[in-house]
Amino acid sequence: MPTVPANSWSRPPLDVDASRLVWAETIAGGNYTSLTVARGTTLELTDLTGDACAHVLLYNADLPSERLNVADTTKVQWQAYLGQDALLLSDLGRVLATVVSDTSGQHDALCGTSTLSHNVARYGDGSPQGPSPAGRELFTLAAAKHGLERRDVPPSLSFFQGVRVSGTGALRFVGSAGPGKSVRLLAELPLTVLIVDTAHPLDPRTEYTSSDLQLLCWRGSASSPADARWSASPEAERAYRNSESYLVARGLPGLTA
Amino acid sequence: MTASVERSVSETIATGRVVLDDLVPARAPWSGIVRAGQYLSIVDLGGNQAVDCLLYRADDTTERYSAPDTIAAQSSIVLTATSVLRSNEGRPMMTVVADECGVHDTIGGACSKESNSLRYGHHTVHQHACVENFLIEGALWKLGKRDLVSNINWYMNVPVEADGTLGIVDGQSAPGLRVVLRADMDTLVLISNCPQINNPCNGFDPTPIQLIVTEPASHEAV
Repeated sequence: MPTVPANSWSRPPLDVDASRLVWAETIAGGNYTSLTVARGTTLELTDLTGDACAHVLLYNADLPSERLNVADTTKVQWQAYLGQDALLLSDLGRVLATVVSDTSGQHDALCGTSTLSHNVARYGDGSPQGPSPAGRELFTLAAAKHGLERRDVPPSLSFFQGVRVSGTGALRFVGSAGPGKSVRLLAELPLTVLIVDTAHPLDPRTEYTSSDLQLLCWRGSASSPADARWSASPEAERAYRNSESYLVARGLPGLTA
Repeated sequence: MTASVERSVSETIATGRVVLDDLVPARAPWSGIVRAGQYLSIVDLGGNQAVDCLLYRADDTTERYSAPDTIAAQSSIVLTATSVLRSNEGRPMMTVVADECGVHDTIGGACSKESNSLRYGHHTVHQHACVENFLIEGALWKLGKRDLVSNINWYMNVPVEADGTLGIVDGQSAPGLRVVLRADMDTLVLISNCPQINNPCNGFDPTPIQLIVTEPASHEAV
């Protein structure tokens, strides 16, 4: 349930004044939310009791055909396990968001979300308003709220339920790092954000398990050359520069504004 | 292992009618529909040639290949014989029925002008790239940028190390190796014969590939 207005939220993070909050919501297990945020907004996702799995898709709010590309995100950074300081890259070579904080470390960029057929086979139902909603069905609804269609739902990332790859390529589900873990994503462009909270497709439990996910967003500044992550690698610096270059050409507020 | 795989590949290719036999030049795109029950053989003529590949359900392209659903269902990132290539609805689109190479990638995605600018610098954006091939060939089927998703890279090996580090490992394939797919539904296959020259995925020298579609004898009789 959202708190409106967001600055009336009673429990802001210790380092954030409530007056800066622009979104505050608790997403129940098996549900979704979606929002459009300004560049420089921090989105903090918190797995309140340890059984949330936050499936996330990001789009350039001004150009939704530009969206999160999970393959480029892992390939360009040479890293399958996303965490602190990871860049979330678009299919146009720009940074959409940066993971600026991560207290969990157990996430997944390989398995995507669940499908209707998967959840029907697994739990007996996968319909979006049923007892065990499939992630793809919920993403379809979230996308529709922004004029996007089923074909606009590409492979997604998920936070709080980890997967690891063995030397042979086999996957191992490592699950949750426990209750209260959070990640913070910093929007580097104006973003449309779709968030689905539903069981990870490799969750081995026979009972559908999905618990509350907290989302708090607040105003701030996007990454700049003063941040160590900006120039942490040649790839990172070029990605930040590409985002900056897009903003400048587009006449949107960037570093030089 | 190699002997039995080779035998099954030749049997698959030798059986039935050849519906199509195309040579795809280095750096070029290709597309075509492989009907349910037909086989598509992808031949790495020169060796070490990455073949980027996307699949779409022929009569409803909103259903398309899904790397994550394929990976999750088989609980492995490696594509090889018996791998089922699944759609974003979880359904089997094609099955790898024979594989002389042994390992193929589906986590590394396709090269693009834009990602080349990140990986190799802005001086590389003029170079050919797989996404350009997918866009120009996909346009023939009314597919656009919104329809491009994480793809398969035949003959490319992208292992994940214990700390999550990715690699692109060279030397996995060799001249003449084949991978054979059986279509489980009528499938539009979109291919980019990868033009990348900045990493070892094509041995720094893109080469032609051969695509052969066959229809088994039993299928012909129906």
